[in-house]
Order: sequence, then structure tokens, then C-alpha cells
Amino acid sequence: MKIIKIDKKTWADGLERLKNQYRVYGPVKEDQGFHTYQPLQDGQQPDLNCLNTRLSPKAIVHPQSHPMFEYSLDEKQADHHIMKPVEAGEISRAVVGVRPCDAKAFQLVKLNFDTPEYKDPYWLNAYAATTFVGLACNDPCSTCFCTTSGCGPFHEEELDILLIDMGEEYAANILTEKGAHLAGAAGWNAVEEEMGMDGRLADQKQAAEAKIRSFVKTDRLREVETTALYEAPFWEEIAFSCINCGTCTYACPTCWCFDIQDETHGQSGKRMRNWDSCMYPLFTLHGSGHNPRSTKIHRVRQRFMHKLKYFVDKYDAGIQCVGCGRCVRLCPVNIDIRKVCGLMNSYDTSACVCPTP
Amino acid sequence: MSECIDRIKEISERLLADGKVDMVIGFRKGTLPMMNEPCFARRAADTVHLVWDSNCGINLANYLTDRKEKIGIIAKGCDSRNIVTHIIENKIKREQLYIIGIPCRGMVDKRRIADRFGGEIEDVFEETDTVIVKGEGTEKRFPKTDVLQENCRICIHRNPVIYDELAGDLVEEQADVDRYEDIRKIESMPPSEKKDFFSNLLSTCIRCYACRNACPLCYCPTCFVDESRPQWVGKGQDPVDVETFHFLKAYHCAGRCTDCGACERACPVGIKVRLFTKKLEKDCLELFNWEAGLSLDDRPPLDVYRPDDPDNFIK
Ligand code: SF4
Ligand code: SF4
Ligand code: SF4
Ligand code: SF4
Ligand code: SF4
Repeated sequence: MKIIKIDKKTWADGLERLKNQYRVYGPVKEDQGFHTYQPLQDGQQPDLNCLNTRLSPKAIVHPQSHPMFEYSLDEKQADHHIMKPVEAGEISRAVVGVRPCDAKAFQLVKLNFDTPEYKDPYWLNAYAATTFVGLACNDPCSTCFCTTSGCGPFHEEELDILLIDMGEEYAANILTEKGAHLAGAAGWNAVEEEMGMDGRLADQKQAAEAKIRSFVKTDRLREVETTALYEAPFWEEIAFSCINCGTCTYACPTCWCFDIQDETHGQSGKRMRNWDSCMYPLFTLHGSGHNPRSTKIHRVRQRFMHKLKYFVDKYDAGIQCVGCGRCVRLCPVNIDIRKVCGLMNSYDTSACVCPTP
Repeated sequence: MSECIDRIKEISERLLADGKVDMVIGFRKGTLPMMNEPCFARRAADTVHLVWDSNCGINLANYLTDRKEKIGIIAKGCDSRNIVTHIIENKIKREQLYIIGIPCRGMVDKRRIADRFGGEIEDVFEETDTVIVKGEGTEKRFPKTDVLQENCRICIHRNPVIYDELAGDLVEEQADVDRYEDIRKIESMPPSEKKDFFSNLLSTCIRCYACRNACPLCYCPTCFVDESRPQWVGKGQDPVDVETFHFLKAYHCAGRCTDCGACERACPVGIKVRLFTKKLEKDCLELFNWEAGLSLDDRPPLDVYRPDDPDNFIK
């Protein structure tokens, strides 16, 4: 669409104006030293020097705990034992400072929540109510491998506006109608002709891409046969150190799994939807007591097979990973998806020697 | 401490070559600075990958639970105490183990180093008592004692308490350590302040349970938080449920926790969960003169009754 120049001196005023129309979220530094996305209070600024938040912004659209229905068990009430939807009251929300990888992740997650068969109202309503104001990464971290996982430091997919830090000012690339509306609400309207994407901005984009030092190879993932990969001998070694903590999946912008639980207190209760993870034994425990993923190896394999094989085969939309590097940094025992992806991608089924009967 | 590595490799290689053990559990170099990964070697040739330095803070006793093989295991002071606890609690048999003891000078705290360094860290080396951190065009040196994990700074059992062979010379134990300064501070708070302190402490918890899963003591087939019939706690982010998990987890570790720090190290959001277990550790020391995992011959205070057990808390 068009590129707007925002003088950093007027940036804060624009954000304050936005807060009249949107609930604005942005990275905020916690006492513990890391950043999380928080709703910004009046006068509060997002910290855009944050390299990236500890957890991804997925919780803004898909909260870790979310009440779907409420009910009463009190038979004196006319509507006892009837599930009533909890009104979400979706107000317009703006997320400022989203990194391009995290934005791209919403596109992958949408494949799961918005299908011809199923439309997840909670996710879709929250998503529709949200405007994403991205921030291009001039200085990617050492663990970012976005350029080989379907996006990049200046990637635009799923963003409504992409901000590019040009020193004294931000160049705001308005990418959608939603973005244009938000820019209007903030009073950002100084159209900048000279900063077209082919000039200084393109150079800056190239420079940022050149700084990416970490890569994955994914070219063979589709062709490697699923069952051969499933039975590959390397899983025992990969899984050995895993403590099945699920940190990797909770931190991941593209992991979408959840669990549904009724929480009853006295005579009233709520039907909750909580994040869940394939790393937990309970995730697959059947009512019968049988667990088809009964060992750690099953669970670790599921995480990687889902992200790097099943997803690839099912959607033809690349891998279910945007290369943000969170799981790499946060795994307490250093299980590294880049390494596992390499093993899977280069797996040579013909080199596998079957035991002679 | 990294000098131990030659001995570790030599011993491990010998054990595997002679068929004394089926596997050796140790560490290999990780893909990020200050991260080593627990690993196993089944063949003598695999032992070349083993490493040892101040980034081996994961407690390897956690990898022994209910294993059936004969295992060689590398054990620093705290791991050895958790191995003792594992043996006492029948999670592994002494005869299954060949313990390669490592006298330890403490593990470094990767978060503290990252904070003090500032920018992106590219590489970290150690020289005797110095940690050298390299970033883009910069290098900073820290005395190791300034960047130790909190539990290592106050550790009084650096030498392994049980071993079959040592991979280094015994080190002098730290004396005059005040282990409970932080706990006394919390104990002296009035109840409402305590409540706020704990709520604040746990406010960023995402209930991933990395703290529980990194802990060798937490081996229950189904943890109480995961039970669904009956369901003891809600599974969402309600602060009461989050706090219930933490308080009960700590109580389940009473008289067993060795303050190895694996829980705190594993937490993705840096919550100081040891504050809970240390309070119970202090109580066990004061009430029963007990420190966990020091000997195979003593039963832990919470699984024996002695007529002279202190009872003045019963009102
Ligand atoms: S973060 Fe690491 S240890 Fe935890 S479940 Fe994921 S891979 Fe396993
Ligand atoms: S799998 Fe890891 S690197 Fe990929 S998107 Fe998820 S957290 Fe980021
Ligand atoms: S990797 Fe696991 S938690 Fe993540 S989406 Fe796939 S199955 Fe769910
Ligand atoms: S509770 Fe923490 S410090 Fe205590 S033994 Fe378990 S992991 Fe170690
Ligand atoms: S590891 Fe940290 S975030 Fe995870 S449950 Fe424990 S205290 Fe909470």
C-alpha cells in the first residue's frame, strides 16, 4: 500500500491516541529481566529495544487459560446444567512490536483453527479483532533461523503494518486495510515518497537478512517416507535428555494444542480451555488407561514429526516452525530443533540396515 | 574442573570396553554457549563426545529412574546425593551403578552471565577460576565465584558422597557458608507480606513443570497435578492452582531435596523455586539434624518414627 514516516519524537503521542480505540499490547520488561507482551496502560510505552519476548504473542489470540462456557449445578436455578457461552466481548486490539516470525506463525496456526470443516470461534474472533503492528529485525539473534523456515527479518505476511527502525524515525509500511485504519487512528499520515521499498529500506532488509547465521535444511522432508522416519534409529538419542517439560511447546508461536477441562467450585463452574502439549503423557492418555504415546521417545518424536513431517505433508505450507529460536534457547537440556531437522532432512532410508531374520 | 574430562573419558571407555556397564551417562557439548546436553554412550568409541565443565548443572540422577541396565554415571556432589536418595527409595540399585565421582567447584549461572554481559554471547570459555565470555567484538572476564549458580555458591557438599572411582582430586569444602539468609528473611515477614511475596514470585509461572521434571525426586508415575480422578487442582492459570502446585511439590521433596538447583536452572522464566524447598531443608536440619542423601545407611526423617522426634509444633 504505502509507506508512512513516523518521527520517533511523535511516536509516543500516536500510541496514546491509539489507546482510545484499541487495547494496545506491546513488549514490557518484567522484573526478572525478560520481556512479555502486556496490555499497555495509559502513558506506558512498549519496549521496542526488546530482541524478542520470552514467550510468543500467541497467547493474545489463544490464551493459556480461557473460559468457554459457564454453568450452574444449582437445581433451584432455571438454567441449571446448561452450558452458557462466556461472552468474550472482543474489543479491538493492537499488538505493537510483533516480530515478523511471530506474525507468520499466526498464518500457520490458522490452518488448524480455520478449516472448511471446523471454524474455531474463540481463536477466529480474537484474531479478527487484532491488528498486528510488526517491527522488522535489523539485528537478528544468533538463534534466529527465519530465512530458512519460511519467513525472514522483514517478512510481511500476517502483519497489518511493518515498522522499520530507521534511526530517527520509523518507516511504517501499511500492508492492509486494518493497518491503514490503525495508522489513521494514531494520526500517522506523513507519506514518505523517498523511502520506497526499493531504496534505503531494501538495503536495510538485505543487510538484516545477511546477518542471519543459523539455518535449517528442509528440502527433503516431503520425500522421506513417513514410516521410515518414524522408525529412524536416531530418536532414542534425541529423546534421551528430554525431561518432557513442554517448555518448547508453550514457548512456541506455532504450537496450538489445548485441553478442555471443567472447573467446578461449589455449585457453579466453568468449562476451560487450557494449553496442552504433546510432551505430556496425559495428552494422549485414553479413558481406558491405555496410552498410545507411553514413552518419552514417542512424545519427543511426535513433536518433531508433527512440525517437520506431518504438517509439511498435510498442508504443503512448509514446516510448522518459523525459526524464532525460542525452543532452542529455553530447552533446559539443549534439544535443538535445528539439529533434529538436519537429521530428519538428511535421513537416508536406504542406509538403514534391517536386522536379518 | 575441566581437567577431569580426560579421566572421565578414560574410565568410561574402560568400563564400556570391559563390558562392566551397558551405558555411561554424562554430558556432551551443546549447540549454544553454556549449554551441555545430558547424553549416553553405549560403545567405548562414543565416549569421545563426553565433556565436563561448569555447564553441567543438570542433575544426572534424574536419568537413572527405574532403568534396568548396568550404568556408569558421572556424579558431582549433588548428583551423588540424589543417587543415594534414589537408592534408598528403590529407584535404582547400588549394584547397577558404577559411580564416577567428580569433585565439583560449582556450576555457572547462564542467566547471570547473560545479564552481566549484556549483548549476544557467542562463546564462553573457562580458565581455572575465570569465565571468559565473548560477543561480537567484545570480551569480558568474570571471576567464576561471581557467576556461580546460587545453590553452588552456598554448597557445602561439593565432593561426591558415594563413588566407585574419582575423576579428580577431592576439593576443600566451603566453610562458614550462610545457607539460609534468604529463608530467614521470608520467615520474618508477617503473613500478608509473605502471601504477596509468594504471589509475586509465582506470577510469571507458565505451569510447564520443567522444575518438577528436572528434579530427580519427582518420579511419581502420575503427579498429583496431573491426576484427573480425583482432580486435586485446576489445570489453568488460576493463581491458587499455581500456588498449590508449588507448595505441594515442595512438601513432597521435604527431607529429600539436596539443593542441586536443577529445578531453578530448568525454569524458562527464572522463578526461584528453591525458596520453597530450602525452607523445608532448613526445617529438616533444625528439627532432625538431617541433610538429604549423605549416607545409604540412614533412613530419611520423614519415613521413620523415633520416640524423641520433636513434637512441640503440636499445639
Ligand atoms: S523443552 Fe526440551 S526438555 Fe522440555 S519438553 Fe521440550 S525438548 Fe524436552
Ligand atoms: S519450533 Fe522452536 S524455533 Fe520453531 S517456531 Fe517453535 S519455538 Fe520457534
Ligand atoms: S508439536 Fe505437539 S504441542 Fe505443538 S502443535 Fe504439534 S502436537 Fe501440538
Ligand atoms: S527440588 Fe530442586 S534443588 Fe531439590 S532435588 Fe529437586 S531439582 Fe534439586
Ligand atoms: S519451571 Fe518455572 S514456569 Fe515451569 S512450572 Fe516450574 S516454576 Fe513454573
